[in-house]
Amino acid sequence: MIRLDAAYLTMGLLLAAYALLGALDRGKPNRWRNSLFFALLAASFLIGDRLGDLVNGLLVIGLVALAAIGRRAPTVRAAGDEPLRLAGALRYKDRLFLLALITPAVALGGAVLLKGARIGSQPLFDPKQITVISLALGVVIAFLASLIVLRERPVRGVQEGRRLMESVGWAAILPQMLAALGAVFALAGVGHSVAVLLGQVLPVDNRFAVVCAYTCGMALFTVMVGNAFAAFPVMTAAIGLPLIVQRFHGDPAIMGAIGMLSGFCGTLLTPMAANFNLVPVALLELPDRWAVIRAQAPTALVMLAVNTGLMYALVFRF
Amino acid sequence: MAIATWLPLVGVAVVAVGFLIRLNPMLVVLLAALGGGLGAGFPILKVVAALGHAFNENRYVTLIWLILPVIGLLERHGLQERARQRIARLKGATTGRLLLVYMMLRQATAALGLVALGGHPQMVRPMVAPMAEGAAEARLGVLPDKVRHLIRAHAAGVDNIGVFFGEDIFIAVGSILLIHGVLQGAGIEVDPLKLSGWAAPSAAAALIVHGARLLRLDRKLARQVAEARAANRTSLEAQEAP
Repeated sequence: MIRLDAAYLTMGLLLAAYALLGALDRGKPNRWRNSLFFALLAASFLIGDRLGDLVNGLLVIGLVALAAIGRRAPTVRAAGDEPLRLAGALRYKDRLFLLALITPAVALGGAVLLKGARIGSQPLFDPKQITVISLALGVVIAFLASLIVLRERPVRGVQEGRRLMESVGWAAILPQMLAALGAVFALAGVGHSVAVLLGQVLPVDNRFAVVCAYTCGMALFTVMVGNAFAAFPVMTAAIGLPLIVQRFHGDPAIMGAIGMLSGFCGTLLTPMAANFNLVPVALLELPDRWAVIRAQAPTALVMLAVNTGLMYALVFRF
Repeated sequence: MAIATWLPLVGVAVVAVGFLIRLNPMLVVLLAALGGGLGAGFPILKVVAALGHAFNENRYVTLIWLILPVIGLLERHGLQERARQRIARLKGATTGRLLLVYMMLRQATAALGLVALGGHPQMVRPMVAPMAEGAAEARLGVLPDKVRHLIRAHAAGVDNIGVFFGEDIFIAVGSILLIHGVLQGAGIEVDPLKLSGWAAPSAAAALIVHGARLLRLDRKLARQVAEARAANRTSLEAQEAP
């Protein structure tokens, strides 16, 4: 059975290649720091399961140290020289789009079609991890197709990948770090503390105040932890169920649906939601860390007000 | 209230302060994990081990970067240029309209459960952002960096807003399953279809609110380009004056 390990192995080997090519790239500023960063990350993907929790923790500290020392390397200009790019655009035309769409297409198709694939009685892919495995499979197919159509050698692809990965830098693993932080927070009982705190300050005799506290609480807690999924159980246990549902007999389905979307308004506002708000800053080479959040903020605030109004108008009516 | 209830919140405070004083975000996360764990009374080695365990368990989050060699190869052979040319030939295409169309597609596909069809590394950097820039270039000429960056930030934002206010209409998506599970845990049984149905009014509102902003974006871009040109002219004249 093909498991997530196969995808991790691919990622680990790719990162190891980045580390090696980076170390050989003489005259590049921060050569060793980048190379070591990729080497540690490669180790995590290749042998992370055998390292034990404490060693993995030390590995994380090493990655953070390498990310925190020194400034981010200046972004390297786009791939290849301009003539090559212009010639390519004329020559390959829309085939470039098709190649770019292979990965999402396989990722989608795989998640739907390969779920039931079997060899004998054994499922071919681990059904629980099919989405991520399909993504990795899509990338491999797209990579091979691109090499053939564009007549490039594999090492060129790896070099291009390294160039982009270096320009994204540590932001590439920030989402993973934040997911890990969420787990540590859960272990420490942060949600419980917030719930106790909220229970003490809330006015409980006004329907609108309660709805407002729930939707704004969802957004605010999401801003703090970066993830509406972490906020939902806490806020629902602290305000939603005892006040909106039990005390004022609101409809739980409406409360849950609109409550979650209020949390998403918070996601649009916080650097803690790194994969949505900070990764694109690095990926699009924006000088202002807050640029994406700034573009989203007016919509997020209006939508928070709209969600609050919708919940107040609907939740006690059905 | 017992102090032990408050102490885990040290982690949250570290996050807030860390981001406000612009510390490196990776460092903020590490310090917040240590602060939260120590605040809850765990020994430091246990906190480090818990962080390491969770980091290892969440490796799949980082797998998305497998795609970079493909994107790099395609960009080397003109993917972004092609996206620009394609949009420049399209009559009536403006940055705002283009982003609005992308947002509607993103919302609609996410509502059908096709969340993987978008994303910043796969779609926004190689295609959506260059197209949005190309549309503005075709109308306004060479763009100042400030305008270029504004367009890119909106290209990223549209991807987020589209998927956030689309995915909840699909019943098998993570957030609907989570809502269902939390309510079930409290002894309340709700139909997932009902949950996704009640997400629809907000989804429609998001399309209207953000759509209106996108259509106004074109005017803002034209104004910023004109202002930058005017400023440029004044500074040139000032230089030429004796």
